[in-house]
Amino acid sequence: MARNVSTRRKLVVTVVAWTIGILIFFPILWTFLTSFKTEAQAIASPPAFLFFDWTTENYFEVQSRSNYFKHFMNSVVVSFGSTLLGLIIAIPAAWAMAFAPTKRTKDVLMWMLSTKMMPPVGVLVPMYLMFRNSGLLDTRTGLVIVLTLINLPIIIWMLYTYFKEIPGEILEAARMDGASLSKEIIYVLTPMAIPGIASTLLLNIILAWNEAFWTLNLSAAKAAPLTAFIASYSSPEGLFYAKLSAASTMAIAPILILGWFSQKQLVRGLTFGAVK
Amino acid sequence: MNLRTFLLGTCSAVALAGLAQAETLTIATVNNGDMIRMQKLTDDFTSKNPDIQLEWVTLEENVLRQRVTTDIATKGGQYDIMTIGTYEVPIWAKQGWLLPLDNLGADYDVDDLLPAIRSGLTIDGKLYAAPFYGESSMVMYRKDLFEKAGLTMPDAPTWDFIAEAARKITDKDNEIYGICLRGKAGWGENMAFLTATANAFGARWFDEKWQPQFDQPEWKNTLDFYVKLMNDAGPPGASSNGFNENLSLFQTGKCGMWIDATVAASFVTNPKESTVADKVGFALAPDTGLGKRGNWLWAWNLAIPAGSQKTEAAEKFIAWATGKDYLKLVAEKEGWANVPPGTRTSLYENPEYQKAAPFAKMTLDSINAADPKNPAVKPVPYVGVQFVAIPEFQGLGTAVGQVFSAALAGQMSVDQALASAQQLSTREMTKAGYIK
Repeated sequence: MARNVSTRRKLVVTVVAWTIGILIFFPILWTFLTSFKTEAQAIASPPAFLFFDWTTENYFEVQSRSNYFKHFMNSVVVSFGSTLLGLIIAIPAAWAMAFAPTKRTKDVLMWMLSTKMMPPVGVLVPMYLMFRNSGLLDTRTGLVIVLTLINLPIIIWMLYTYFKEIPGEILEAARMDGASLSKEIIYVLTPMAIPGIASTLLLNIILAWNEAFWTLNLSAAKAAPLTAFIASYSSPEGLFYAKLSAASTMAIAPILILGWFSQKQLVRGLTFGAVK
Repeated sequence: MNLRTFLLGTCSAVALAGLAQAETLTIATVNNGDMIRMQKLTDDFTSKNPDIQLEWVTLEENVLRQRVTTDIATKGGQYDIMTIGTYEVPIWAKQGWLLPLDNLGADYDVDDLLPAIRSGLTIDGKLYAAPFYGESSMVMYRKDLFEKAGLTMPDAPTWDFIAEAARKITDKDNEIYGICLRGKAGWGENMAFLTATANAFGARWFDEKWQPQFDQPEWKNTLDFYVKLMNDAGPPGASSNGFNENLSLFQTGKCGMWIDATVAASFVTNPKESTVADKVGFALAPDTGLGKRGNWLWAWNLAIPAGSQKTEAAEKFIAWATGKDYLKLVAEKEGWANVPPGTRTSLYENPEYQKAAPFAKMTLDSINAADPKNPAVKPVPYVGVQFVAIPEFQGLGTAVGQVFSAALAGQMSVDQALASAQQLSTREMTKAGYIK
């Protein structure tokens, strides 16, 4: 039975939720607004909120100085490529852990997560040497590989939790009907776990899109994604806040739009299995 | 697109890139105004050298430093030309990581390079990097505020005068602060300023036996003076102000004086960015009568990593970018005020430049007054005015910068900060094997 919720309480909750939402969103909004200011307006104090001379010159300047499309394509290939590759490896792995666990499954899961606990800079030099020796420095293939490995533990953990919610009996029934293992995974398990897989996919694309340590350190001119594009507008000696904001806005816009459209999937996936 | 086509596509893209690479120079650089201008002007180079193509990797200074250091230390070979600072050049050259620049061409005129800058880039008589622009530090001040307070700035002020003037000008109710100085922790942030200032106060980082000197009275004088001055006449929250924050304060008319890099002169006098563009005066960095001025010396330089396969093309580009003709090219296209400063004597003898850049003489005098090989009043075992050119300095300088920044913020006393600096530098230097 639903609880009675007074209008007043609803109002308070709504106001609090909106306030928190706006607080969290404010830096992004501020970046967006700054990108339409001149450099002088960007550092003005007190700052102008909405009433300034809107200009798009920063966007033209950024566009004329760097090849946005090249960085954008690199970001798309690297984030989608690494996530898809990760899913191909993670779905069978998560299946095994959810439906055929052994004594050590929990330990294996923990071990996988533990690889995320080390600061990445600790392995920068060995990784750099391996990449150099295998000719993977500054290639999109190299970045796809490294981001797959980095996000794999998260993908497996997320899928494992979703798969645990699916009754094993359904898979058993499929097996009784003569489905092979691959058929069982492709035709029975995967469709049932679509919301979970979709949210894993989206979350990992976002994580890979924003990954700024390895993508900066293992790329130079050719494979550099949008993270390098942003880094080229930051400077400790010179005020380029408006241009930096324009570059940031251009870099986050695609992923923001993707997130916006797939919001429903994301929330559905993240709360999947919350109701028993 | 399935995985196979994707992988095939990527492989062929890599292969194609490999084929074209024969003539492409990859240049790593920082996002500073003069560098960006150079990128826009490279058509001049590529039209003269149609067989060479240029690819730029522009990164924020700290990211760039980490990136190129990893690459050169592992011989990664990702860059054909690197933009590096005066701090890196002697260390990297000694490691054998850089190629000496012997073939910059007959008309390059190495002797025209400013002697102070050139000596910082020369190791065992060989030039290991070519300066693209150079800078020192100086006093920038508001002529109108000085007039109002009845003060006259001498060309070569003392620290006592600066402190007195700063306190006189300060009008906290109207958000006017007498002096803005760096306070943000970092070896290239507050420690660049404080190390250079300490030289003027007679202090030094290490004695001839690499013993840290923070327990000496000279350092106490320096830090005491700085903290008191900033508390009386500095802006609020100064312990988090670096170059950019102070630039923004000065440009919006909140600082009476600002002592920082000479490169700031062209920003604060640019009417498009600065509200005080026509009211700025310049003076040499202050001293205390001990014979050293607290002005630093820095240059951004182009260098070729050892083991490079494209040495000849790289040398051609460096000769173009740091040569005399490049200065003329910038003057033609963007005006004399925008020519990269601080590298060539001939620029400062040019009457057109002197007319267009009111800060020219002060910049030249500041650079000439800096002596990286004898930075302090007392003898030191290291090279560098606002830094100590040893690999350990980045970490050590930042750690000391953090305690000094804490002293400025009032989180610890000056004595505590100095004791802590002494302790941690003794530990670091012992660990690194300098102190036997």
